[in-house]
Amino acid sequence: MTDCFNFTEEQIERYARHIILPEIGGKGQSRLLSSHVLIVGMGGLGSPVALYLTAAGVGHIGIVDSDQVDRTNLQRQVIHFTEDLGSGKLDSARRKMAAMNPEILVTPYPLRLNASNALDVLKDYDVIVDGTDNFPTRYLLNDACVFLKKPLVHAGVIRYEGQISVFKPGIGPCYRCIFPEPPPAGVIPSCREAGILGVIPGILGLLQANEVLKLLLGIGQPLVGHLLLVDALHTEFRKVQIRRNSGCAICGERPTITRLEDVVMETCELEEGGICFGNSTFENGVPPTPHG
Amino acid sequence: MKLTINGEAREVDKVSTVGELLPALGLDARQVVVELNQAVIKRNDVDQTPIHENDCLEILRFVGGG
Repeated sequence: MTDCFNFTEEQIERYARHIILPEIGGKGQSRLLSSHVLIVGMGGLGSPVALYLTAAGVGHIGIVDSDQVDRTNLQRQVIHFTEDLGSGKLDSARRKMAAMNPEILVTPYPLRLNASNALDVLKDYDVIVDGTDNFPTRYLLNDACVFLKKPLVHAGVIRYEGQISVFKPGIGPCYRCIFPEPPPAGVIPSCREAGILGVIPGILGLLQANEVLKLLLGIGQPLVGHLLLVDALHTEFRKVQIRRNSGCAICGERPTITRLEDVVMETCELEEGGICFGNSTFENGVPPTPHG
Repeated sequence: MKLTINGEAREVDKVSTVGELLPALGLDARQVVVELNQAVIKRNDVDQTPIHENDCLEILRFVGGG
């Protein structure tokens, strides 16, 4: 990060509407260009986050996903097009990001995060975005961010609703302060099972991108200590205050989680009409999940 | 009994624990996290956690899709 910035003519034109904002200016835009953001999951949430951060001029964006583009993704994962069917999501995303803003460096990580690779992948980024579609990875990301003291911009979506918060280690609560342990496997449906209105991850993803930009620029009030609940059927936004939990297993007064471990969901007793991921022993501690 | 649930004043049939309240609201304890008067209740403690007149509850659902 530097106070003296040497924009090209093209950059001044491209970012003119940012630079004219008093809170951003040349200094803020220069800061964005030298920032590093990691987006985990290139699905419904990751798509708009990647597109808008690319357009905004976030200089280095890491993207993590191991899936291929599937036809059922196209209704909401707007970075992927029909012509990308069967391609890796990272290749597909990179092509759009490069076309939108060729000066952004994109680092692809075609893998599933687990306890042995997560710290290494996350360590060089300023802000981490949670666009994952399963609880084991959500908890793993939370835990890794607590250990690395990285801000995590969390969001989750289902049907017509979503939730978003910013977890800033040492400052506000983490995901485990609110949701101490994962739900038993199978009791929370995925988007594949329950459905999702295509615009929902768009709305929540843009709120995530907004939080990322605020964190990078140091402007406004980040969504730390609040969980914003979005109900799109009634167009209701409710901001719930959330607090650090002194009994939190990872960031509380007497943490019981002291090193990064894969998170396994308890198996549920399969009920009539219930959905179960099956065995709790998954490869890399991650259950088979639908695409985004 | 009078409770505040998710910011709204509610009148519900008398219950003695959080574990009794959730099914009365049509909720499954495994799908939510309950904050009682601003303290998060662990899932295993839900059945033993007493609930009193005028208590304030925030019931948060797990939302996992992305």
